[in-house]
Amino acid sequence: MELTDSAIITKARLGDADAFRVLVERHSRPLFRLAFRMTGNQQDAEDVVQESFLRAWRQLGRFDERASFGTWLYRIATNCSLDVMRGRKRRSNLSEVEDPVLALPSGDPSPERVAMSGEVRERVAEAMDELTASERTAFVLRHFEGMRIEDVSRVLGCQPGAAKHSVFRAVRKLRRALEPLASGAR
Amino acid sequence: MNHLSEEQLMLHYYGEEDDALPAERHLGECDDCRALYGSLQRALNVVDSLPVPEPGAEYAEQVWKRIEHRLPARRGVRWIWDLPARWRWAVASAAFAALLVAAFLTGRSYPHPRQPAQLAAADPQAGERILLVAVGDYLERSQMVLIELANARTQGPLDISSEQERAVDLVSENRLYRQTAGHTGDAAVASVLDELERVLLDITHAPSRLSPGELEKLRQRLEAEGILFKIRVLGANVRNQEGQTL
Repeated sequence: MELTDSAIITKARLGDADAFRVLVERHSRPLFRLAFRMTGNQQDAEDVVQESFLRAWRQLGRFDERASFGTWLYRIATNCSLDVMRGRKRRSNLSEVEDPVLALPSGDPSPERVAMSGEVRERVAEAMDELTASERTAFVLRHFEGMRIEDVSRVLGCQPGAAKHSVFRAVRKLRRALEPLASGAR
Repeated sequence: MNHLSEEQLMLHYYGEEDDALPAERHLGECDDCRALYGSLQRALNVVDSLPVPEPGAEYAEQVWKRIEHRLPARRGVRWIWDLPARWRWAVASAAFAALLVAAFLTGRSYPHPRQPAQLAAADPQAGERILLVAVGDYLERSQMVLIELANARTQGPLDISSEQERAVDLVSENRLYRQTAGHTGDAAVASVLDELERVLLDITHAPSRLSPGELEKLRQRLEAEGILFKIRVLGANVRNQEGQTL
């Protein structure tokens, strides 16, 4: 029978690295997707995943096992992502940004790969970069991760109302920035 | 007809409203709102089309290989905070009960036995004193973290991860003391602890490396709210009460 995260954490707290490895195996992929959505860069996302697990290991003693380990880990990963984003200088030349389309697994080109023009990618990346840290985090968690606003607020450590406003401001900014492109795509 | 606000449209898009029917009905009848909603849908569809690289099947294994040798050794349970929360509370409660029993037994074996009424009064005093000592100690530790940040001088980014780790612990403790103050009707104490908790929470949520500008903002906030002064006053009051219970 598969052990729950909570049972594994109890072992990991006692220094059992193999138990922690199970948590890494369970949560690495979703954490990578979150980190990529947050940072927009594959290398940064991989760094965020590693740093998040290292922080989680160090802070396991503080984890309240009544809470969800996934939510707690997301919180650590969003903080790591924000650190990365604040730490790096905004790239002035977008052509230097790693192309997420090229990073897709090889195979027949999907319709998205064909349809996604360089201009659209740049505009979406720019629009996302215009969001504040809290707006971007709240938007990524609500829009891409499908979290309810109440769960977003738990990750952000704020009231649901504040999380809702962050998502709302992000959506409004994105709509205004991308409206011309979206109209063209009609 | 009242139009739907952008916020209502956003909540409708994500299915977060209490009742979706009124918005559905309005969108069926109102061209303006339908156009705005369509614009929102199209913009978010564009965002959705940005692809995310899918990590390979062996990704988790790679992550583990990269971090395995970097995991600092955990030496089992070192301190109460390493225990799961329910054990933590059980240990804390047991320790508190043991202190009360010890206070009671000390009172009984005192060379000049007191009257039963005095003995009964001694127990709650011992409990109160233990609580006051704990709160006084808590305020001192909180003050230390804030003072370190307020007095930090740096030309470049400042690593505050150590202060953040202490702030996380302090926030957990704060809730316990604030709830106790609330139960005992001590509104002034609860209010200062509430303010302190908000400041500590902001510190825990800040980036672990603060730029000089961010540090200055934090410093200004501490100054504007006078939180350090309030903690000092509360700490002095607590110490004073602690002395009176001796």
